[in-house]
Amino acid sequence: MTGTVENDQDSYQGDDDHGHGNDHHHTPTGIKRWLYSTNHKDIGSLYLGFSLIMLLIGGAMAMVIRAELFQPGLQLIEPNFFNQMTTVHGLVMVFGAVMPAFVGLANWMIPLMIGAPDMALPRMNNWSFWILPFAFAMLLGSLFMEGGGPNFGWTFYAPLSTTYSNSNTALFVFSVHIMGISSIMGAINVIVTIINMRAPGMTWMKMPMFVWTWFITAFLLIAVMPVLAGAVTMVLTDKYFGTSFFDAMGGGDPVMFQHIFWFFGHPEVYIMILPAFGIISTIVPTFSRKKLFGYHSMVYATGSIAFLSFIVWAHHMFTTGMPLAAELFFMYSTMLISVPTGVKVFNWVATMWRGAISFEVPMLFAIAFIVLFTIGGLSGLMLAITPADFQYHDTYFVVAHFHYVLVTGALFSIMAAVYFWLPKWTGNMFDIRLGKTHFWLSLISVNVLFFPMHFVGLAGMPRRIPDYALQFADFNAIISLGGFAFGLSQLLFVWCVIKCVKGGDKVDAKVWDGAEGLEWEVPSPAPHHTFATPPVIK
Amino acid sequence: MSKHNKLFKRLIFASVGMFFFAFALVPLYDVFCDVTGLNGKPSLEQAKISEDVVNDRLVDVGFITHVQNKAPFKVRVDQDIVTVKPGEMNQVVFSATNLTDETRIMQAVPSISPGLAAQYMHKVECFCFAQQTFLPGETMDLTLLFYIDTAIDNEIEELTLSYTVFDIVNNE
Repeated sequence: MTGTVENDQDSYQGDDDHGHGNDHHHTPTGIKRWLYSTNHKDIGSLYLGFSLIMLLIGGAMAMVIRAELFQPGLQLIEPNFFNQMTTVHGLVMVFGAVMPAFVGLANWMIPLMIGAPDMALPRMNNWSFWILPFAFAMLLGSLFMEGGGPNFGWTFYAPLSTTYSNSNTALFVFSVHIMGISSIMGAINVIVTIINMRAPGMTWMKMPMFVWTWFITAFLLIAVMPVLAGAVTMVLTDKYFGTSFFDAMGGGDPVMFQHIFWFFGHPEVYIMILPAFGIISTIVPTFSRKKLFGYHSMVYATGSIAFLSFIVWAHHMFTTGMPLAAELFFMYSTMLISVPTGVKVFNWVATMWRGAISFEVPMLFAIAFIVLFTIGGLSGLMLAITPADFQYHDTYFVVAHFHYVLVTGALFSIMAAVYFWLPKWTGNMFDIRLGKTHFWLSLISVNVLFFPMHFVGLAGMPRRIPDYALQFADFNAIISLGGFAFGLSQLLFVWCVIKCVKGGDKVDAKVWDGAEGLEWEVPSPAPHHTFATPPVIK
Repeated sequence: MSKHNKLFKRLIFASVGMFFFAFALVPLYDVFCDVTGLNGKPSLEQAKISEDVVNDRLVDVGFITHVQNKAPFKVRVDQDIVTVKPGEMNQVVFSATNLTDETRIMQAVPSISPGLAAQYMHKVECFCFAQQTFLPGETMDLTLLFYIDTAIDNEIEELTLSYTVFDIVNNE
């Protein structure tokens, strides 16, 4: 370990010079400050701002979907446009809102948490952010073009995305390529930073949980984002260049698309939840005023989940006619994931047990996360049961399941993280009453929105269809009202964040009295350059 | 900085490797399906004639034809279901018509359900072995000679042979 420490010193010397250079000329002003910035805090803020805009755009699409589904029959939009809305809503939320938000948090917090002056590869960091707006401009722009945007679902199953897709599919493909390149560069940056730039004395098992979960997530990203790029490339050549990867006419197989897609897709869902586990593992001990229960088991559980995520992909495909042996294998391996996930949930509860708990806004979101994510996990376990899955497949039960894990899971954890670190970023305390109002309105409306989806799903309402049978009308009206309430509640979040950035009560370096970690040793707001001299971890 | 570069290069290498791995999945998938016989792709080679016949078992074999992508063919089969003894040779005649006034080439792609039954279906003669050329408006009888392997699993009591018909002239 001593060798590593000395090496770390060397790399600080190098980065330090760079930092000083910046100080002398100082940063350009206006838009150029953001365009040219290689500072991890600036880029983190850019990612988070971008993700917030994407959340609102994707949310607006969800509002269109819920407005159409408010009543049975076709009222507002054409079925084809409805399909474009479900598709682009999914793509924007997954690749535009959740993933960039986590990358933004990683940019801001990982160097602060490990005592590094910046990310290891600052120019690549700049590039990996600034290609994202182009990707989404292409994707969203295709909605306004003749023929419309992608309408084959965010999973772009062949032949829907090849034989039956519109001629703007190339725009979808290239935008996914760019998003993939951005994510891969972000992941490489995180790995290099964590391996090479930890402060002297910060051994692997002293790393904060958020750093650990991001470290593992980054490896998942490197392993599967290129596979997604490969899958969209095959769709591109099948559609435009006459190859037959997924076309039986030329000897291909459309089921193979699903295998390749879900080989990416299943690790992807853990990419969107592992950093959330890290955030919750940071917030819960802070407001319970105890150490995290079972730190080592948390690290191993994260690793186990990452490993298992590669051998469960075909549980998305139970109804494709797999042989019994394969269905059993994927059923059991999927259920196995609940063991390390259960370890995490029990550890969070054990951390709170007999703690001096206080209910600040980040803690409220964290507790809501634990309860509601567990509901999403349990419905996932139900979906893992192969014979039952034939009933649940492609119904609103699945929609309820993945929104519980992604909205009340990933999104709530991101909001918890923003409320937790916003005072550190801005130096101002947010409006606590506004934050609490946002929390309670979100908590109630999100359950009105997603919980009844379980019922209509079990009763057989199919997903991705703009109309439904009359017996689902009452529940759908309730779901839509919950949706509108949840959508409007998020405007309070935007207001709260903007208000906090503009001003508020000044906070100390250590914003929360139970907080631990290097990020609370730098002043609030965190200065442009931190840890130019590495701290020493005892 | 060289320490960063070394790690950076390795990670880029891993990413590029995973991109090619996605394409390597395509042949791997075919090999896996061949070895396990999972996805109902029957052999496209001519089978040898069976020597013995099992008299105390009967298997129902159903036939389905499906014209893909509005290919201009009409395909009919003379019997929807035949009940056969394993090992016994059977003949089924399909009749196909070219609905256009141009010469068309047809390719039929067979598939068997349940997938595990595919290995027990032996075709001695099949129009799916080769491309079939149709003159304008021509109707042809297409013969299928097949038998079911005597080793067929006892659990398989019926199987379906599905032909998907493609027009490979007008394949844009």
